[in-house]
Amino acid sequence: MTQLFLEQALNGLQFGLMLFLLAAGLTLVFGIMDCINLAHGSLYMVGAYFVAAAAQAADSFWLGLGAGVAGTALLGLLLELSLFRQLYRRDHLAQVLATFALILIANESVRLIWGPAPLLLNPPESLAGPVEIAGFFYPAYRLVIIACGLVVAGLLYLLVAKSRIGMWVRAGAANREMTEALGINVRALFTAVFVFGAGLCALAGGLLGPLLAVQVGMGESVLILAFVVIIIGGIGSIRGALVGALIVGTVDTLGRALLPTLLRATLPADAAATLGPALASILIYLLMAGILFFKPQGLFPARA
Amino acid sequence: MLPRLTALAAALMLAGSVHAADKVKVGFVSTLSGPGAGLGVDIRDGFNLAVKQLNGKLGGLPAEVLIADDQQNPDVAKQATDKLLKKDKVDFMSGIVFSNIMLAVGPAVFQNQTFYISANAGPSQYAGEQCNPFFFNVAWQNDNLHEAVGKYVQDKGFKNVVIVTPNYPGGKDAVSGFKRYYKGKTEEIYTKLGQLDYAAELAQIRAAKPDALFFFLPGGMGINFVKQFVAAGLSRDTQLFAPGFSADEDVIKAVGAPMMGMFNSSHWAHDMDNAENKRFVAEFEKEYGRLPSLYASQGYDAALMMDAAVRDVKGNLADKKALQKALEAKRFKSVRGDFKFNANHYPVQNYYLRVIGKDGQGRVTNKTMGTIFTNHADAYAAQCKMK
Repeated sequence: MTQLFLEQALNGLQFGLMLFLLAAGLTLVFGIMDCINLAHGSLYMVGAYFVAAAAQAADSFWLGLGAGVAGTALLGLLLELSLFRQLYRRDHLAQVLATFALILIANESVRLIWGPAPLLLNPPESLAGPVEIAGFFYPAYRLVIIACGLVVAGLLYLLVAKSRIGMWVRAGAANREMTEALGINVRALFTAVFVFGAGLCALAGGLLGPLLAVQVGMGESVLILAFVVIIIGGIGSIRGALVGALIVGTVDTLGRALLPTLLRATLPADAAATLGPALASILIYLLMAGILFFKPQGLFPARA
Repeated sequence: MLPRLTALAAALMLAGSVHAADKVKVGFVSTLSGPGAGLGVDIRDGFNLAVKQLNGKLGGLPAEVLIADDQQNPDVAKQATDKLLKKDKVDFMSGIVFSNIMLAVGPAVFQNQTFYISANAGPSQYAGEQCNPFFFNVAWQNDNLHEAVGKYVQDKGFKNVVIVTPNYPGGKDAVSGFKRYYKGKTEEIYTKLGQLDYAAELAQIRAAKPDALFFFLPGGMGINFVKQFVAAGLSRDTQLFAPGFSADEDVIKAVGAPMMGMFNSSHWAHDMDNAENKRFVAEFEKEYGRLPSLYASQGYDAALMMDAAVRDVKGNLADKKALQKALEAKRFKSVRGDFKFNANHYPVQNYYLRVIGKDGQGRVTNKTMGTIFTNHADAYAAQCKMK
């Protein structure tokens, strides 16, 4: 039982850290620029395709990952300069419409270029098997994902909490007008944050590619989870995004694993088989509703 | 006025029934994009190959195959079907992969008195109380392949089985089919339909310590599950079983060597020793550069079935009763060997055990091991009162 619990905790941590990579960019763009970017999930999808294509061309997963992240960051730069600059001053409805159009354009473009079938992206040969920890086997590749996620989360913390740029970012999230009045080049700051977010999306897409599937529409389902994370964590807060992502990752994993077992012990088998999976899939939304009831601004509101 | 019109219509119908049609139109609605696309593409390619081998004809008449993509969406499938029925006035329909889509489209097809030759979807509804003279399934009833695995797992003396399947009607059918023949202890894990990460489920399986694992996860879900199952090191203690759907060329191509040693059930295999099958497999490889899957064999058989029936009625497609009789008679040679139709228009046939390994050319693929069921009929046929 402790083994099961430990393994599920690792699974939850891995899922949560990947959600964090997505939510970090989203929460900054939403929090600082006040811009709803529904196409954030599309950057994740395009990033995964870039990584898969580059990994195939270079015949190396790590080279492909680097090239894919760089390529997606570049795409983010072009998008920010051409489209998003026009959207910051518009209302949320215009932003939602424009970025929803981007989702459709991204999906169809990917389908045109790479076809409707999912792309194959394999982890490096040496990481394909399991490793033994504390008496049970765990996939080596998932451990690598956890390590990557922890490193990025640590770097991001240092960047946001300790560096000058991080200070500007936090200032921008707390009060945009005041930051501009202090003479910070907010335009350049916005561009940098957007590009950085796009790179993180590609990193998550590339790392998850070998585990899941690189396919059209993979961004939409994960986008919803990323929004849940930033709403729980508080919009604009990196710390909130990290805590929110870990909560969502753990609750979703443990819910899926333990709820059916618990229900089976208390309810008749038929009812448990129907109720268990249904309850597990809405658990994080129940959690979000619960947190918003007590903390309407999320756990760590940026504009305190 | 009304009686005269009716008389006129009757006269027209009579006129129609003595003249042979000048071509055969087939409406082919299938899943050709998205995660389930591999299945639809194989059925389509098998169907097209048969038509090509028949020189573009079905039963001696020029064939026109109109293909549409349902995107695995019942609404899209319904629209495409309505157009094929009303505007193109097709003589046959085929192609649907998923049973939920088949159930959504069926009523319109039957109402229009058009014959539906299902090359895959075999819902229990159409095998039992809602069986219909215009519906034929040339492949199997949904439960059959699961029943075959259940029988084999029972016979081999496995005692503790975990079942993994998506939480949707097809998944529930898989569980009931498997448990109809396997009587030991089970733990059932239901996943979300379309789920791609199975970390939580794999931990549960590890804790349950089963001696066998049966999973039914069609398309991309199965690919991910097997990859993650092997990466988690679970394949060392647990024997994998699946219906043929989760262990054919589409999945093998994506997963590769880790699938070796996995047992599965099917009504057909590419190494079956009969002249029709040898020709089919060789021509399919030549045409498309890959081995056919069971889906491709089903598409191929669907075309052969239409061909034989059209020839039987001498191209007189307006006589629905005669056409139904001709289809029921099943005068074509299937690539799976001999089978016949039950009263509910589903096959009575053999089911075989296959195992994945390396063939003579070093390719990872299926190999037939033996017969599990001989002349097996589905469990719903008794509830069918065919009109």
